[in-house]
Amino acid sequence: MAMNCNPKDEVDGGPPCAPGGAAKTRRPDNTAFKQQRLPAWQPILTAGTVLPTFFIVGLIFIPIGIGIFVTSNNIREIEGNVFMYYGLSNFYQNHRRYVKSRDDSQLNGDPSALHNPSKECEPYRRNEDLPIAPCGAIANSMFNDTLELFLVSNESDPTPKPIRLQRKGIAWWTDKHVKFRNPPGEGTLEEKFKGTTKPVNWPNPVYMLDSEEDNNGFINEDLIVWMRTAALPTFRKLYRLIERTDDLHPTLPAGQYFLNITYNYPVHSFDGRKRMILSTISWMGGKNPFLGIAYITVGSISFLLGVVLLVINHKYRNSSNTADT
Amino acid sequence: MEPAGRRRRRRRRRGDGGARTVRSGLHPGLPALGSRGARLGLHGGCAPPAADNRLKTTKYTLLSFVPKNLFEQFHRLANVYFVLIALLNFAPAVNAFQPGLALAPVLFILAVTALKDLWEDYSRHRSDLAINHRGCLVFSREEKKYVHRFWKEIHVGDFVRLHCNEIIPADVLLLSSSDPDGLCHIETANLDGETNLKRRQVVRGFSELVSEFNPLTFTSIIECEKPNNDLSRFRGCIIHSNGEKAGLHKENLLLRGCTIRNTEAVVGIVIYAGHETKALLNNSGPRYKRSQLERQMNCDVLWCVLLLICMSLFSAVGHGLWVRRYQEKKALFDVPEADGSSLSPVTAAVYSFLTMIIVLQVLIPISLYVSIEIVKVCQVYFINQDLDLYDEETDSQLQCRALNITEDLGQIQYIFSDKTGTLTENKMVFRRCTVSGVEYSHDANAQRLARYQEADSEEEEVVPKRGSWSQRGSIGSHQGVRMMHRTQSTKSHRRTGSRAEAKRASMLSRHTAFSSPMEKDITPDPKLLEKVSECDKGLAISRHQEQPLAHLSPELSDIFDFFIALTICNTVVVTSPDQPRQKVRVRFELKSPVKTIEDFLRRFTPSRLTSVCSSTGSLATNKSNHKSGSSLLSNLSNDSVFLKLEERLGQPAPSLASNGYSSQAESWASERKPEPGQEQELRYEAESPDEAALVYAARAYNCALVDRLPDQVSVELPHLGRLTFELLHTLGFDSIRKRMSVVIRHPLTDEINVYTKGADSVVMDLLLPCSSEDARGRHQKRIRSKTQSFLNLYAVEGLRTLCIAKRVLSKEEYACWLQGHLEAESSLDNREELLFQSALRLETNLHLLGATGIEDRLQDGVPETISKLRQAGLQIWVLTGDKQETAINIAHACKLLDHDEEIITLNAESQEACAALLEQCLQYVQSRGPHSTPKKTEGNVSVGFFPLCSAPPQSTARGPSLSLVIDGRSLAYALEKNLEDKFLFLAKQCRSVLCCRSTPLQKSMVVKLVRSKLKAMTLAIGDGANDVSMIQVADVGVGISGQEGMQAVMASDFAVPKFRYLERLLIVHGHWCYSRLANMVLYFFYKNTMFVGLLFWFQFYCGFSASAMIDQWYLIFFNLLFSSLPQLVTGVLDKDVSADTLLLEPQLYKSGQKMEEYRPRAFWLNMVDAAFQSLVCFFIPYMAYYDSDVDMFTWGTPITAIALLTFLLHLGIETKTWTWLNWVACGFSILLFLTVALIYNSACATCYPPSNPYWTMQTLLGDPVFYLICLITPVTALLPRLFFRALQGSLFPTQLQLGRQLAKKCRKTLQTPKERFAQGHLPQELKAELSQGGTGSPSESLSKDCALQTSQHLQQPPVCSPEASGEPSTVDTSVPLRENSPRGSPGSSIPGAAVSGECPGHLRRKSLSTSRAAPLQSLFSLPNFSSLGCVSSLSLVSGLGSVLRFSSSSLHVDKRDSEFLSSSPQPEQDLSGLQRQATGYV
Repeated sequence: MAMNCNPKDEVDGGPPCAPGGAAKTRRPDNTAFKQQRLPAWQPILTAGTVLPTFFIVGLIFIPIGIGIFVTSNNIREIEGNVFMYYGLSNFYQNHRRYVKSRDDSQLNGDPSALHNPSKECEPYRRNEDLPIAPCGAIANSMFNDTLELFLVSNESDPTPKPIRLQRKGIAWWTDKHVKFRNPPGEGTLEEKFKGTTKPVNWPNPVYMLDSEEDNNGFINEDLIVWMRTAALPTFRKLYRLIERTDDLHPTLPAGQYFLNITYNYPVHSFDGRKRMILSTISWMGGKNPFLGIAYITVGSISFLLGVVLLVINHKYRNSSNTADT
Repeated sequence: MEPAGRRRRRRRRRGDGGARTVRSGLHPGLPALGSRGARLGLHGGCAPPAADNRLKTTKYTLLSFVPKNLFEQFHRLANVYFVLIALLNFAPAVNAFQPGLALAPVLFILAVTALKDLWEDYSRHRSDLAINHRGCLVFSREEKKYVHRFWKEIHVGDFVRLHCNEIIPADVLLLSSSDPDGLCHIETANLDGETNLKRRQVVRGFSELVSEFNPLTFTSIIECEKPNNDLSRFRGCIIHSNGEKAGLHKENLLLRGCTIRNTEAVVGIVIYAGHETKALLNNSGPRYKRSQLERQMNCDVLWCVLLLICMSLFSAVGHGLWVRRYQEKKALFDVPEADGSSLSPVTAAVYSFLTMIIVLQVLIPISLYVSIEIVKVCQVYFINQDLDLYDEETDSQLQCRALNITEDLGQIQYIFSDKTGTLTENKMVFRRCTVSGVEYSHDANAQRLARYQEADSEEEEVVPKRGSWSQRGSIGSHQGVRMMHRTQSTKSHRRTGSRAEAKRASMLSRHTAFSSPMEKDITPDPKLLEKVSECDKGLAISRHQEQPLAHLSPELSDIFDFFIALTICNTVVVTSPDQPRQKVRVRFELKSPVKTIEDFLRRFTPSRLTSVCSSTGSLATNKSNHKSGSSLLSNLSNDSVFLKLEERLGQPAPSLASNGYSSQAESWASERKPEPGQEQELRYEAESPDEAALVYAARAYNCALVDRLPDQVSVELPHLGRLTFELLHTLGFDSIRKRMSVVIRHPLTDEINVYTKGADSVVMDLLLPCSSEDARGRHQKRIRSKTQSFLNLYAVEGLRTLCIAKRVLSKEEYACWLQGHLEAESSLDNREELLFQSALRLETNLHLLGATGIEDRLQDGVPETISKLRQAGLQIWVLTGDKQETAINIAHACKLLDHDEEIITLNAESQEACAALLEQCLQYVQSRGPHSTPKKTEGNVSVGFFPLCSAPPQSTARGPSLSLVIDGRSLAYALEKNLEDKFLFLAKQCRSVLCCRSTPLQKSMVVKLVRSKLKAMTLAIGDGANDVSMIQVADVGVGISGQEGMQAVMASDFAVPKFRYLERLLIVHGHWCYSRLANMVLYFFYKNTMFVGLLFWFQFYCGFSASAMIDQWYLIFFNLLFSSLPQLVTGVLDKDVSADTLLLEPQLYKSGQKMEEYRPRAFWLNMVDAAFQSLVCFFIPYMAYYDSDVDMFTWGTPITAIALLTFLLHLGIETKTWTWLNWVACGFSILLFLTVALIYNSACATCYPPSNPYWTMQTLLGDPVFYLICLITPVTALLPRLFFRALQGSLFPTQLQLGRQLAKKCRKTLQTPKERFAQGHLPQELKAELSQGGTGSPSESLSKDCALQTSQHLQQPPVCSPEASGEPSTVDTSVPLRENSPRGSPGSSIPGAAVSGECPGHLRRKSLSTSRAAPLQSLFSLPNFSSLGCVSSLSLVSGLGSVLRFSSSSLHVDKRDSEFLSSSPQPEQDLSGLQRQATGYV
């Protein structure tokens, strides 16, 4: 006899019928979570409760701002390592097609990419059937002015004394050692780059960027710096490093300096301008007074708003008190 | 095995007309229909084969899953949009991201949805499998016996044998039953939730079989209609091999899913199997509705699309100009096309446009839809889990059947409610009756009912009451004694009744409907009981002396007929409790009911020959004349009486021997005490509760229904013993006729009687027109008018009225009618219509016996719920099929109508009258100035328009509120096209609208009208099949899972156990759901706009080239991963106002109705704020890194981080409730971003062109500027918002904010006593009570108490002045009190302690429910009003008391009232202070 089948088992067709099992209750669990009774902090935003926040923000921000401002303004003194930048304005290194126009594998020394660069490099991928190394618009438009700095030490000695400009140490360490690599293989750099051609705009192939072996080819730091595309159309890029020689003298002593520019790079085509900047950096980077001012401003505004809230709260409480009693 | 059978379609649509022919599956020889496929063919010949019984509810197969699921998912427009954008990305000219990467989120979303679908489908598959493999006995041709088969192997034409308690595997035509009457009882709970047994009958022609049914001999052919989903209809006929035809109807069909009960075994032939069964055809999938918020959101999504297009266009134009400017100059950074040619500016602009759309696609967030769905699922989960929506009595909680309209619950403006079963319990209790013009008021019965009510509300106070009852009992008649006895027993049951016991009782009552003692134990009216007993005796004597019945006075005979009618004019099935569901049967050898005209002729011919047309053929001649037909019957029944008498004498049952009711009453009492179960208690199972109530009432008058078979009904009377009526026909109840009838042959008189029971409006019209000439006619007329006036009285009392009438048929009349009826019965086409006509022919010229009034009690907490919902700004309309008077009365009882309200009554007889009346009403309403003068306008049409009560003078300021009462007929006119506007306008002015006598269709039309014309959110709530259409039409349909089956629940979006749960569902959960979702959607829009804004500002600095400084990975996964969790947590858990406060201040609900949280202004404000924030978040980093050597992605990454922080802080400002989950989610978001960034930035040195972000994040983490801008930017971005919020919170707080402030203050006030306890002597029992009260921590419980007190306090006003309602009076009365009190909160605890010591009895009530204050008192309102006030104020104190209870002494109960009254004002003080504050804010 098929008597043992529970009549409530039927689930097809019919509605979800009332539960048959008498033992099992449908009573929901009485837990804080299920009953939405989790202990909670319930802030209520009124003038009274919020005004401490404003004061605290004010009290924190103003000192920070002052600190930053002072730091930033101290940068003026040319002591310690001096950084030499070139600046370009109105140069859209962040243009979508420009940004894409590179092949990171090739720059990493991948042999196959070296000889068969990515399609992203078009139309700077091949020249006369030879792959371009490094390919792409970014590399093609590399800044190639030469800047030399001379110190005219005094009037007695009119011959300008060249300042030693460090070519290395201007790129990110990871770029220089991880991202950018020369192609593997035996022999000289030239042999390694055999079968490739130079970018259209370049006067020399990539293995002739520098005389030093460890700053040549793809790991040339000027190239690396250039390949890190700037965020905004007005930017500066680190060009050289002027290392501090000894503690007694300032790195760049006061005096007359002479800047020799080998002008290669056209900026008229995009209404751009070129600049050369010498700067030291502090713990928070180059000179930029903005952050300090911003902190001070925001802090003051916050403080002011706090005062406004205080007044409102005071008045409001009074009125509510009178209403209460 | 049988290819024809295998080829089947799921859910084949009903073909074009035609019928199905079913033959036995056992005869292979039939030519046209292959071997075992022979079982079936269709009329026309070539026809699709019928389905077998395999159940397949799965949507997919392994192969079809991917394409089918994808196809379904692409029905959602958003998915198509995202896929299109991702595909657009594959075009090289415009691609913004790596193509594969852009597809990732879309694929992710699609995959998640697909997995969900797959899992659901798999569980369906598993349940299908289980069902398909159920066993069942099927007759096998090969083995010539019944063998076990799986359900899925059953085919149409198979013979199945089913046993008791088995589930029916397919739709089976009943051919044989072990029951000698060819009956089978089934329980249809799985189909419609009704637990009463339904009777099914063996097909005519098979019931007479003597031997066991042998399938091999079955050669008949069954013709029936095609599979359809109408559960209540089945038509067909069976053609026997000899050419005879017999009709089939739904009584012969056993439906799949039902359970066989009370019958040992049945055999049947399968007619419909598998997906063609009615059960499965009825099983439609879940409902999909779109919520209003979602509609609004979609509209805003369109705005976003527009914004997106605008931004892209702007960029495109910008890029075009940029290209033109730099291209001709051959700028170094201008990259030509691959072939070296340069793009024309226009082409470049077009490309840029497309690319911008890809880049900015996040503006329409892919995660929005998914998130909303997740949040809704969680909301549904929490609603389901709410303990306060769980009904202990029925062990059911709220069911959400529609998953995606939870937030609509927070925006309801109109509630349309059914009355019976929704506002009332649908537990019918016999209250009073009138027989032949004499009213029997049943006062004792009324008292008894009142007592039940009190027992409900005041369990604790048994002692004093009992004393008074026994007093009453000793003074009064036996009823007092009996009643007291019962109440004691129920009391003790209730008192000892722990939760478990209550549950057991409820389980019991679920199995046998309507068996609560309240409905069964009816206290008879002494006068009537005497009369019944008198005529019982008289009849018994006359019967023994073979005298005719005629010597009874007309009144007595009416009384007798009245009770007989009550007892047998129904379809009640008798069962006995000791053998559950086993029929009590003492079978008499009776002939089966008249089934054919030959049968009739055979049985009635003699009389027909002799008694010539003398319509009232005298009893004597009848009796003598057709002895041949009925001698057997009378002999037997006489025998049986004696038999019965002997039996009775054997028992120590003095009830029979007694000759007066008083001694009998003693016997009742004495009999009960020793062995309560001894009296064989019969249980009645009725299709409608009214029927059961009437049968129980008749039993109280010792006229007990003891047995019902299809052809006979047995009634037991004390003196007459068992009377067996031959049941000739039962004309069932239908809503058009509004009555039912039985045709019986009276065993005493042998007359053919028709007993009709029905709505008074119809029955009164069917009465035999009586001439006023003779005395008899005049008497009748008087009786009728008296009855009518009593009926009106009943209706005013809110009772449901039924008229009982009788008709004596002569044999000729009967024969005449029978002929037509039999034709109707056997006809195949429009059988229903013919039967209906036939019934109409029978039910005329009735003789009025009397009328009954049945009370349908209000459900618990209905008045409170209605008043709360009202305060919440909801308009409540009641649409009922009941009489106007009844409806108005119930409306008064549940406080839908106030007594100081003007009631406009619209009763029009014609379209013109209705129009005129509406016009009049409108004028009145508009002209209603401060001085509302009651107008009385009665036209020549029978219309009434009168304010029932004139406005009380004090309310002139706001004017009395109006209510509209309209009856069904007028409603039909008012709903006509030309009047509906006027009607709506009028209805809008009214506080409540009551539509009486409305049909289901009208109900839905009203809802539709309000929904479409007023553009309002509507909610319909009902419990019965007649509410289904209304429930389906409304925006939100709520079904009450009550007694009337599951149809309403099946059609609904939400199912609640009781009406009162609506309050919490709407006011708490509705509000939460709405506010959570609204805030989440707004936040979503904000977030995406702000994020896209960052990219857009960047376009100004990259030549509008659609470049993005944010790495594409961050761009794509930002919404999906980093910022999604916190908003989900907030969307699911945030509570802007606590539940207690919401319940306390229902007007907070209005914020949802007015869409305060999510309105266009909020949307645009949010967008503006988003624009501002994105400006800040863009330009602070811009300035900070201006003219620096930062590269693009080293600059973009801090911006991403800033955006994330800003989002979180913004969310923090918007989050009202911070639980640990919120903190964890925020922390998780930040950590996830950092982790992903760090991993991503160190994973690969040459991958992810073009950004190639190797070591970027790591470098940034070493850069102090990164931290500095991460600190200042979010703070700056959010300062305005925070400031604005603070200002608004202080200066122009919204209602919701006030509510929160109030709640906080409330909590603080109670902080003091709590601390005091915390210091040391917190009594153990208090701790226990706190935790038992369903609250976790003491502070929680305190806040709850606080809410409780204040809510009780809100209920207070009636004590002070019943007429002044609402808060103003509260404030007025409490202000002076407060001034006396010492300042400060600590004082509040002291009086509470003082009082609580004195009334510990009430302490337990507090934990039950907050809104349970004495429902009955409101029913019997006015006289008891002050005591009600006392009760509610007591429980007010008990709220405090439970906190402060040190000692509990139950001795002071008597003194309590007076003492309380003296000390009560004090605890109010602070509460009223709070209240005052609350109203002050408002």
